[in-house]
Amino acid sequence: MKLYEYMAKDILAKAGIPIPKGRLVSSGQQAADACRELGPVAIKVQVLAGGRGKAGGIRFADTPEQAAAEATDLLGREIGGHRVERLLCEQKLSIEQEIYVGVAVDGAARAPVLIASMQGGVNIEEVPEKNIVRRSIGVTWGLFPYTAREVTRRMGLDPKLANRVVDIMLRLYRVFRERDAELVEINPLVVLTDGSIVAADARCNVDDDAMYRHRDLLQVVEGSELERKVKELGLSYVELDGDIAVMANGAGITMATLDIIQRYGGRPANFLDAGGGASVEPTAQALDILLATNPKAVLINIFGGITRCDDVARAIVQVKESRGLTAPLVIRLTGTNEKEGVAILEAEGIAAFSSMEDAAARVVALAGGAVS
Amino acid sequence: MAIIVDEKTKVCVQGITGNQGRFHTRQMMEYGTRVVAGVSPGKGGQDLDGVPVYETVEEAVDKRGASASIIFVPAPFAKDAVFEAIDAGIQVVVAISEHIPVHDAMDMMAFAAQHNATIVGPNTFGIISPGKCKIGIMPNKIYAPGPVGIIARSGTLSYELAYNLTNAELGQTTVVGLGGDRVVGLDFVDCLRQMERDPETKAIVLVGEIGGTAEEEAAEFVKGMKKPVVAYLAGKSAPPGKRMGHAGAIIERGRGTFESKVQALSRAGVPVAELPSEVPGLVRKALAKKR
Repeated sequence: MKLYEYMAKDILAKAGIPIPKGRLVSSGQQAADACRELGPVAIKVQVLAGGRGKAGGIRFADTPEQAAAEATDLLGREIGGHRVERLLCEQKLSIEQEIYVGVAVDGAARAPVLIASMQGGVNIEEVPEKNIVRRSIGVTWGLFPYTAREVTRRMGLDPKLANRVVDIMLRLYRVFRERDAELVEINPLVVLTDGSIVAADARCNVDDDAMYRHRDLLQVVEGSELERKVKELGLSYVELDGDIAVMANGAGITMATLDIIQRYGGRPANFLDAGGGASVEPTAQALDILLATNPKAVLINIFGGITRCDDVARAIVQVKESRGLTAPLVIRLTGTNEKEGVAILEAEGIAAFSSMEDAAARVVALAGGAVS
Repeated sequence: MAIIVDEKTKVCVQGITGNQGRFHTRQMMEYGTRVVAGVSPGKGGQDLDGVPVYETVEEAVDKRGASASIIFVPAPFAKDAVFEAIDAGIQVVVAISEHIPVHDAMDMMAFAAQHNATIVGPNTFGIISPGKCKIGIMPNKIYAPGPVGIIARSGTLSYELAYNLTNAELGQTTVVGLGGDRVVGLDFVDCLRQMERDPETKAIVLVGEIGGTAEEEAAEFVKGMKKPVVAYLAGKSAPPGKRMGHAGAIIERGRGTFESKVQALSRAGVPVAELPSEVPGLVRKALAKKR
């Protein structure tokens, strides 16, 4: 789960990392009040999209009147596909230097990695590799001060600043571990003209699988309404922009099904992994949802292992009887109880393929053939 | 021969009294796996289909000589279960559980490394040496003994490929599921190294997907191998930034793209099949070329 900037900063502040003085607001009036209290402010939209600065999501105001006007203008706008509902008004900073500090999960090393760069303020992806310092951290002992010091040395950081940056790195690592983060990032960590250091912007992505031990965090819901609805069924769903709805059992095979559809010239409308061992009811509900998106055709690709082909067939018949099959359906059934499943479908006049490639070719033809 | 598990492997099932544990214990025993013990805290002393249930893994190791363990316990308790198995001297831990927090997974991997234990998964379908031993949740009927090793990041897709190979009379030495999570134990390189040494494995199929750099690292290792390797990769059509089911399957920060993986593998001389049905043909060709 991605946290909004203000939530991430709240966590950093609690861990003893300095952040700018700020107020979360949701109206022009509140923004004016914040400016009255804080002086000149930066007004930043709280959305999960990256690159909000470039998208016009950061404004500045010197007076309460300006703050109110800017805030009113920003609220309700769409930035990076997200509606702006809240703004963070922060004391305007006079910045001398911007650096980058982050801790992330490094899958290849199976361990956390500390990442730092003197080039802060831009997307770290755009920083040349030679200007980035990385250090793997063993989880058994955690991040030692000497490791952080070596990182600041390699960065080429002014030794006068090193102690304070080392302290922030140690605190950031603690947040990373305690908050089950996949990523915590301060970008930029800024050195102000008065010599103080503050986290000007922050990101924190908490592992969805660990949310059960962070009940204090406000739930941030992402994705379209449909994506959320399917997720509530315990299925994995991603909307795409095509017109062939797809359901398969297993993430890998679902991806492969989308690939094959695209290879044959079709355009998948979604990724829906029904998982292993889905029984009749959830399968029927998933199909129901797919049909409700009005696709040109639907492909169901089942390799029965724990999932039983006859259960899938029963789900299809159930949907046919309850709401009707409102789009042409192509079904591939192989594996556990294949014969029973195929027989159930044939009795309803529905044909099933045994090869996923044949089924994909068929669904592309039904959806109007290859798209040029 | 086979890698990691064979007919001598004695398996303990952690979480044997749950629905999944019970069902798959039966399936594994039907396959011929030597399931010697089950563990279920608070339920020790029972007997399930002839398998004695104990309170702790240590007891299962002491009394029954278990050498491998399969874990079905719910994610919040999985870390404790994995540590327990490793602490009791279990060498191979197969973590089936899904949704284990990634920080728990990192802790598990560090502990396994200190004890020279192997963790397969988490979020894996398991590992099978056809005709000898199955520790996992894969269907019993799609495999056959033979000369091909399969290493896969995803379950059902690997079933598809194993089934195609079996139907083409290309059986398997060992099929390994690495797991769909961001942090997993056993990886492509570990398996490739062991399969290269295994005299019965003559060719290897990699089943990869977008996300991470595991395939690129595998490609680097293949350059030094003698045995032929064939690959199939999923996720060509996946848009960046969308996580496709598996925690690892996401194109993030420009890394883990389909193109980068195909390029790395091709450079290492690994043919990448465009369709699953092409894999048996590519394997056959690779085997013929070798002779």
